[in-house]
Amino acid sequence: MADTGQQHPISIYFWIWGLLFVFSAASYMVDYAGFQGYLRWSLIIIFMMLKAGFIVAIFMHMRWERVALITAIMLPPGALLVLVSLMAWESDYTWMTRIVYLGGEIAPEPLPPPSH
Amino acid sequence: MAEATSTQRLQLVEDWSADVAVFKGVPWGKAMMWIFLLSDTFIFTSFLTGYMTVRMTTAEPWPNPSEVFALDAFGVPVPLLLIAIMTFILISSSGTMAMAVNMGYRRKRKAAAVLMIVTAIFGASFVGMQMFEWTKLIVDEGVRPWSNPMGASQFGACFFMITGFHGLHVSAGVVYLAIVATRVWRGRYEEKGYDIVEITGLYWHFVDLVWVFIFAFFYLW
Repeated sequence: MADTGQQHPISIYFWIWGLLFVFSAASYMVDYAGFQGYLRWSLIIIFMMLKAGFIVAIFMHMRWERVALITAIMLPPGALLVLVSLMAWESDYTWMTRIVYLGGEIAPEPLPPPSH
Repeated sequence: MAEATSTQRLQLVEDWSADVAVFKGVPWGKAMMWIFLLSDTFIFTSFLTGYMTVRMTTAEPWPNPSEVFALDAFGVPVPLLLIAIMTFILISSSGTMAMAVNMGYRRKRKAAAVLMIVTAIFGASFVGMQMFEWTKLIVDEGVRPWSNPMGASQFGACFFMITGFHGLHVSAGVVYLAIVATRVWRGRYEEKGYDIVEITGLYWHFVDLVWVFIFAFFYLW
């Protein structure tokens, strides 16, 4: 019986394998070099997305699948982005409340002395 | 992934409206594995979102993973040394898995089986290193799911939950690989074809994919 599966030249897998090593080393170097702040976060995200993209597109063959399968698998995780943004939005508020009411880095305003 | 042309858009509509199986040319096992992985994506993202939420909301300082997961190499502390090694091991296992899929479709079944076993050995060594890491954290550093000496108490809960669930996936993958590799070696799929190797590969690559996100968000952030 003929195979229906994905068959591609083996060299492409070696290329991606090497690329993943390079991206992993690069993201590790972000920590090793001690980058901080937005530079650190954006570099981490860029290398992460590159790695994830190559794994899904080449190793998991998504690049060569039919559009029907690509859309069925790649679109639903969009809902997760909504979840992440909602929780991030809510978190700022929770953190502020904790700082104000439970004490933390910023001391809460002391109550005014009784007037009677 | 490929740029959507007008023919592809047409194909998408036709595939979904043809009143027959939607995923044409895709073995049902592969479609089902993809849908399972989609559900797993939701589980792992929920864990990571929960971790993001407690990390953003805690008023205590978050323990610095770069220091917590440092290892002494020849007397010098190297940040995230073990984690970096684990990352490279998992990537290599993905590489050998991709080779196994390729060999399967080339009908070199013994080569495919051997490559799957190599993948499983990489996976088992990953779990072994994770056990070492957990032991170090629990015994030497005193990290518990409810407290730790370094800072925010939610650190332990997030760490054990997320890496534990991932480790469980790796362990299950090792067993899955071992079973399929044995069957491939014995020639069980000579007639059915070697889609099964690709399906097993999908699961294994997904485990690697999840680690990419854990590495970025938990260890490097």
